Amino acid sequence: MSKLQNAIVGGVRTAMGYVPGNWLPGGTPDPLIERRVTLGTQQSRVDGPDKVRGAAHFAAEVPMEGLLYAACVHSTIPRGRITELDVAAAETAPGVALVMTHRNAPKMAVPPPIGLTNLKAAGNNILPVMQDAEIRWNGQTVAVVLAETQEQADLAASLIKVGYEAAVARTRFEKAKADARTPDSLMIEKNRLKKGDVAVALQAAARSVDAIYRTPWHNHTPIEPNAATIAWKGDRLTVHDATQMLNGTAGSLAKVFGIKESQVYVSSPFVGGGFGGKALWDHQILGAAAAKLAGRPVRIALSRASMVRLIGGRSPTEQRVALAAAADGRLKGLLHHGFSVKPPHSACDEAFTLTSRSLYASESFDVVQHTIDLDVLANTFMRAPGEAPGTFALESAMDELAHELGMDPIELRRRNVPDRNPVSGAPHSQSDVMLAYDLGAKRFGWDRRAAAPRSRREGEWLIGMGCATGSFPYARMPGMTVRITLDGSGHATVSSAAHEMGMGTATVQRQHTADRLGLPLESVTVTIGDTSLPFGSFAGGSSQTASLGAAINAASGKLAVELLRLAGNDTPLAGLRPAEIEFVNGGLRKIGEPSRYESFVSILKRAARDQISVTGVSSAPLEMLKFSMHSRSAIFCELLVSDVTGEVRVDRLVGCFDCGRILNPKTAASQFRGGMIMGIGMALTEEALFDERTGRVMSASIADYHVPAHLDVPDIDILWTDIPDPRTPMGARGIGEIGITGVAAAIANAAFNATGKRVRELPLTPDKFLFA
Amino acid sequence: MRSFDYRRAADRTEALSIAGEGRARYLGGGTNLVDLMRQNIEAPAALVDVSRLPDSIEETPTGGLIIGAAVSNSVVAVHPAVRTQYPMLSRALLAGASAQIRNMATIGGNILQRTRCAYFYDVAGSRCNKREPGAGCDAIDGHNRYHAIFGASERCIATHPSDMCVALAALDATVHLLGPGGEREVRLLDFHRLPGEHPEIETVLRPGELITAIELDPSAAAANSRYRKVRDRSSYAFALVSVAAGLEVVGGRIEDVRIALGGVAAKPWRAVRAEGLLRGQAPTRARFLEAADAELAAAKSFHGNAFKVELAKRTVAAVLGELTGADA
Amino acid sequence: MAIVINGTNYPLPDDPRVSLLDFLRERLGLTGTKLGCNQGGCGACTVILDGTRVLSCLTLAVQADGRDVLTIEGLASDQSGLHPLQQAFIDHDGLQCGYCTPGQICSAVAMIGELRRGDPSYVTADLVEGPKGGLRQEIRERMSGNLCRCGAHNGIVAAIEQMLNGEAP
Repeated sequence: MSKLQNAIVGGVRTAMGYVPGNWLPGGTPDPLIERRVTLGTQQSRVDGPDKVRGAAHFAAEVPMEGLLYAACVHSTIPRGRITELDVAAAETAPGVALVMTHRNAPKMAVPPPIGLTNLKAAGNNILPVMQDAEIRWNGQTVAVVLAETQEQADLAASLIKVGYEAAVARTRFEKAKADARTPDSLMIEKNRLKKGDVAVALQAAARSVDAIYRTPWHNHTPIEPNAATIAWKGDRLTVHDATQMLNGTAGSLAKVFGIKESQVYVSSPFVGGGFGGKALWDHQILGAAAAKLAGRPVRIALSRASMVRLIGGRSPTEQRVALAAAADGRLKGLLHHGFSVKPPHSACDEAFTLTSRSLYASESFDVVQHTIDLDVLANTFMRAPGEAPGTFALESAMDELAHELGMDPIELRRRNVPDRNPVSGAPHSQSDVMLAYDLGAKRFGWDRRAAAPRSRREGEWLIGMGCATGSFPYARMPGMTVRITLDGSGHATVSSAAHEMGMGTATVQRQHTADRLGLPLESVTVTIGDTSLPFGSFAGGSSQTASLGAAINAASGKLAVELLRLAGNDTPLAGLRPAEIEFVNGGLRKIGEPSRYESFVSILKRAARDQISVTGVSSAPLEMLKFSMHSRSAIFCELLVSDVTGEVRVDRLVGCFDCGRILNPKTAASQFRGGMIMGIGMALTEEALFDERTGRVMSASIADYHVPAHLDVPDIDILWTDIPDPRTPMGARGIGEIGITGVAAAIANAAFNATGKRVRELPLTPDKFLFA
Repeated sequence: MRSFDYRRAADRTEALSIAGEGRARYLGGGTNLVDLMRQNIEAPAALVDVSRLPDSIEETPTGGLIIGAAVSNSVVAVHPAVRTQYPMLSRALLAGASAQIRNMATIGGNILQRTRCAYFYDVAGSRCNKREPGAGCDAIDGHNRYHAIFGASERCIATHPSDMCVALAALDATVHLLGPGGEREVRLLDFHRLPGEHPEIETVLRPGELITAIELDPSAAAANSRYRKVRDRSSYAFALVSVAAGLEVVGGRIEDVRIALGGVAAKPWRAVRAEGLLRGQAPTRARFLEAADAELAAAKSFHGNAFKVELAKRTVAAVLGELTGADA
Repeated sequence: MAIVINGTNYPLPDDPRVSLLDFLRERLGLTGTKLGCNQGGCGACTVILDGTRVLSCLTLAVQADGRDVLTIEGLASDQSGLHPLQQAFIDHDGLQCGYCTPGQICSAVAMIGELRRGDPSYVTADLVEGPKGGLRQEIRERMSGNLCRCGAHNGIVAAIEQMLNGEAP
């Protein structure tokens, strides 16, 4: 991102500073905050019965006549040129319909990158796809084989011989640091933050800490592999995809193949886990290209090995955090520097320093991060990009500082939590992290923690407690559109090209719509999951609920106008303006005058209409620029570390979340738990094995990348403050990503409390506790 | 996966005769072989399915057990005689893989598992002497956290992934074989080969030979035994280091001791030196550590697995401690 | 040569390379059984073979000749109904994206039998006595072959616990 962007965002922010809050979206608190009927109640997933029966159909399960199966051949060098390509044996192998290489691949444009400002793109790895002999990373697809069965395609792919002329490649993190770049901006923030003089603060501080923290490459590892079933009909393209960016994928594919967006149909009603990894990568493009060449539909379902070669992961980070504190714990200086990998063809900032710019008040700040360019597959967004590794470093450092000060870690945070954004001075829309700490500490039994490390032991097991703060910013995406169709029986159908990958999207928006329109749950259907529906922004940045919420709210306003118009004069509602009415009991009623009411059924019947339809759009999220909008959490962990083997066993986790109003406690608790469990994996086991000699990912099977198994997951207690955010639809902020943040730090802090050993490099595998 | 003929054998004689026809492999549960075939690491012309041979677990006249090779890992693990007389075997089996895989995997197949070295699996992109003799070994200077600290060679530093075999090594089990030349018996300890110059040759199995059973002798040390597996994930993961140990103490002195280590070599590693130092000694923590130290003195580690030396020492001492009821 | 799947006979595939998983999904259209890793690393493809839980990705279809295969589609007694464990998964929100769910449920149905039979697990304190107490840890160890990436573990364990305690509706 550029200096220009900084100037624009900075300019708008400055202007927003003078605009009264009530002029902005969310300026008047959403009335649903106070008027909840089904929102806030436990609701089981609407798609639960289909999912438990195996009747929910995923991308690789769409049947098609004449389907061909694809297999990929990947490069084995990181940089260079293809000099030899022998596909003869593959072409004549049983069942093979096509071998596609750069020699015969159709001409395709480079996929446009996913961006905060371009919701019609979903590209992650912004490089030409099979257009030349050039090799740009180890694992790039050099050939695609199509055959009648997957077995035949896989075998034929193994028969292809590729020769290379290798070029010098940049694959070593440490070495590439010397050439690191310093981008002007991160997401929509300026990268470099300097306020006061941290160096002086560190020298003068009563207590300080200064350490390096490291996190490795991570992979999303959804249980459903990335897959697509693809067909062309003339110049119309149909893609049954596993994606969290329906319209972005359609827009990108249209650009790649030089057709109109309206000629691309993407469907993805169920996604078997996304976490940032289900967007547009090379395989959909290659599958569509091959289908075009073969003139037959294609299923491209990636093997686990192909996934690590084609689906980027979370960048490794090396972070330096230095904290200077007065004797009373107040921060005098906060330094957060570091490196992550982001080649120029990547669209993702791993913005690990963002949290450090808003979480604590400090007299001085020195925050900046650098990006390293390697010849690798683009890194990408993975659950809480930035915040997940960033909170590990910052919140480990806070724990180290508390230890240095001899102060309770919660107390240290209490003394430093600001009442407004400590850098910009912008007011919080709502924030009460200390309430989260207080509620969580009580539930957890924090008062039973022994401050001195190695104080508790049961047999060979050392027992420790730790805590940390989690954080994730609020986001609402503009452009998200819904259509509400109200039929003659008073049933409302809400439709949008939104996504379901386990969040309970339809379940929650059904509750929302019911409450918004004054309907019982049974009278609302939510239809999502394909691009024939109104435009959907991505399922990312924990933004989908708020974006859909804003769109439904906007549509409901139009629905009121439309209903009043239809109702005409021969109604108790005659003469009323939209601002004077409310939705209630399946109809409209004058606020404060219950007798002036008419049901939807009656209005439509009198107007002789079978149904009416309106659309609503999520407006520009200017509130995000005026207010400091962050969700926070307090994470508590009790664990055991074997004094013999160094094995860590998490015994208990408590997470208390300050995320605005909780809309469906049942599905929300699951999302928080899910994030925290991914945090257990990040803390203890997850590490993609990148071979720096060759730039090749060696953890190519799911057995080589340890996501938590059942036995790794203890009972997890979830609480929330449930304080509405007056600036957001329904008073809610997104909850999909915050769960993972702070967890690795809480676990590492508890491990320090148990053992006295401070581990600053993830994951916390047994070997790291064996030696002093 | 290459095409192959599939034949199911009704009995051992038929199995042998089908296998004699050409480049065949015996198929047990398929939990490793099918995967290796899918990766194009193995490409047999025929599979002879021996998983339905009518095998069982029988007591031997000397009070030991003979376990048919086609019996599943699960059935052996929960068998009452195994649980009472050979607990380390039961627990080693239960530590392996997942319940589903244990239900499928046979005893014979478990012994013949191949290494999980990531470079061995990376057919297209990495060099491996085990897969392609003379190609080189990318693990020696690569990711070798899971690799050997005993018995490795300049050609190969892979480990054997089995848990069961570690217990069988400690129990000094006998492997029964049937081949074109008739029946023979091999000690499990002699069954797997260290890599040396030929990492591609992993066992002493002769062409066409079929594992028919394993035989266990009863002992007091076998009945007082344990298996402990240290791994990165608490379940469903291969061992960093595992220890199978049995102990018989008579009159305050160690009468019999059996120790084997897993995750440290291309075969289950019997800790002969440690056992020798312990026999006749008092079972104390100091002695256990001393013996473990002596055993591990011969270890040679690589940049990614140096921790295994310390980890193995501690785990050996801890398991022996548990067997005496003393705290680690 | 035939396989019985959910009570119906199906002829075996001609190609012995076809896994039971591919046979179910690609040949028969029974896509309730999920392909997660195709290499025995995730448990999503778990089916019940002659009463025993196995991985269909590592089972060649021909190996199932003459055997009874029970998949997620055959669990409930009738097409529209739900097995009590399926209902318990919904009640305890033991699922999110739903992709590992059929495998979790098939695995759990067979696992409950193993537990009731008194089979020990790696976390069972006394091998001879069998599983006594520590029920949640027993469930967790025994279900560890079924990975879930969304993090529905607590709900899954609660649903299974409810089944074991006979509290399922």
